[in-house]
Amino acid sequence: MIADNPWLDAALRLVAVVLLITVAALILIWAERKLVGRLQMRLGPMRVGPYGTLQSVADAVKLLTKEDLRPVTADRWVFELAPFVVFVPAFLTLVSLPFTADLFVRNLELGLFYIVAVSSLSIVGIVMAGWGSDNKYALLGAMRAAAQLISYEIPLVLAILAVAMVAGTLDLGQIVNQQGRVPYVVWQPLGFLLFIIATLAELYRNPFDIPVADSEIVGGPFVEYSGIRWSMFFFAEYVNLFVLSVLGSLVFLGGWNWFLGNGAGWGLQVVWILVKTTGFLVLFMWLRASLPRLRIDQLMSFCWQVLLPFAFLQIIINGLVLVYEWPDWTLTVFSGSAALVAIWATYVGSRRAAIALPWALAPARRSGP
Amino acid sequence: MTVEEGVFYVIAALTVIGALGVVLARNVVHAALFLILSLLAVAGVFLLLSAEFLALVQILIYGGAVTILVLFALMLTRVRDMPQAVDGPQRPFAAMAAASLMGVFILAAVGTKWPGETEKITAIPLRDFGEALFRTWALPFEVASLVLIVALVGSIVLARVEEGE
Repeated sequence: MIADNPWLDAALRLVAVVLLITVAALILIWAERKLVGRLQMRLGPMRVGPYGTLQSVADAVKLLTKEDLRPVTADRWVFELAPFVVFVPAFLTLVSLPFTADLFVRNLELGLFYIVAVSSLSIVGIVMAGWGSDNKYALLGAMRAAAQLISYEIPLVLAILAVAMVAGTLDLGQIVNQQGRVPYVVWQPLGFLLFIIATLAELYRNPFDIPVADSEIVGGPFVEYSGIRWSMFFFAEYVNLFVLSVLGSLVFLGGWNWFLGNGAGWGLQVVWILVKTTGFLVLFMWLRASLPRLRIDQLMSFCWQVLLPFAFLQIIINGLVLVYEWPDWTLTVFSGSAALVAIWATYVGSRRAAIALPWALAPARRSGP
Repeated sequence: MTVEEGVFYVIAALTVIGALGVVLARNVVHAALFLILSLLAVAGVFLLLSAEFLALVQILIYGGAVTILVLFALMLTRVRDMPQAVDGPQRPFAAMAAASLMGVFILAAVGTKWPGETEKITAIPLRDFGEALFRTWALPFEVASLVLIVALVGSIVLARVEEGE
């Protein structure tokens, strides 16, 4: 408790977390441009401030003062409300996200489920933006986004559910404490792998940036937006990136505890959660710079034919181990070998698809004489 | 009036506005979007009744469901070409049916003798909820999911046939 009055306490915590997130998002935008720049043998932003550190601030000022355009044929209310429907759920997830043992707004009993449920609402906003813009590219982007986000939500939820099964709780604070000396990534390598892939898809980042693919549909649902409304979409994207990275480090990497131990002090807790979250963030940014974009049919078949069966496999493994009370290390063995099989199957499948698809797609060859 | 009551009236108003929007909106996509407002407000009612799990399930399921509904609306109707076409001459009949259904619901809710104490809200721990769902009522639960699977497979089969022809 920071203050005595529960309402005041909640308000203060909320303000603190929102400020923290705003600063974090500005830093993330700069860091991503810098990191991707270096990976592509560029310098990234260099002009504003030392090493371009103030670039995000300058961009924010530019976006806020830019004209807020609305196409004449756009559906007025749907177009104007869409950014809020994306923006608000992104911030609502922060309510139950604990950063350290003490730093959170409210630690809910169903915290993990709450974050997944609330963040799923932003799909509606994206579809609203795509339809309301009355633009073909925007509508195509919204269709792609709806298909992708709804499909990948399932493996994401199942991967998290697998952890909740072992932890026996959905309370994020308790999940962190349950991990004790060994984080869940050791027990659930398959779940961890599924989580990373599904998260990438939920954030529509490379190689899953199909809904906003610049070279195909010029920014997808956000093509007609400018100024402050566009910056709200952009901002929500980075808030989601940050939230899912923190969530990943809480659920799979032991959160604010040491890697192979627990009982870190307050200062060390902040350091540990930041280190683990940064690990996720750097991984996501690195993947963005290194991987090409998939096609939508590859994306969908990968979700339904690879991710989903393996997600169920992880849950079945957990169920067997929990019911028959096999020792803990069997979890690692089963889940780890399943993860290896998943990687192998994906590799073989993608090789085969790469050879087979040009033939399947060419109608002239298929019709024959 | 307590804070809870105030919150309840706001949520109830949102539910009703959303529901009216669904039936009165001329544009089918607007109707679908009003539906999510109404459904989210119902999630708020669940929260007020301390049924957090139900509220979150409501949000998780219907967020995706309404998106799909918008897609169907876009694919199966021509919203831009004829904005008035979604409305038919059955409006008064629909209003009458809805009003009488509401009457039946209200009568049933008021007339039923509810077991236990209804004045007080008792929160049920998630563990008990899970036990009830997967132990006591496991068979009905499984049957319900089976029915859904059958519907799903059936719709895929029907859609496939159409595509092939």
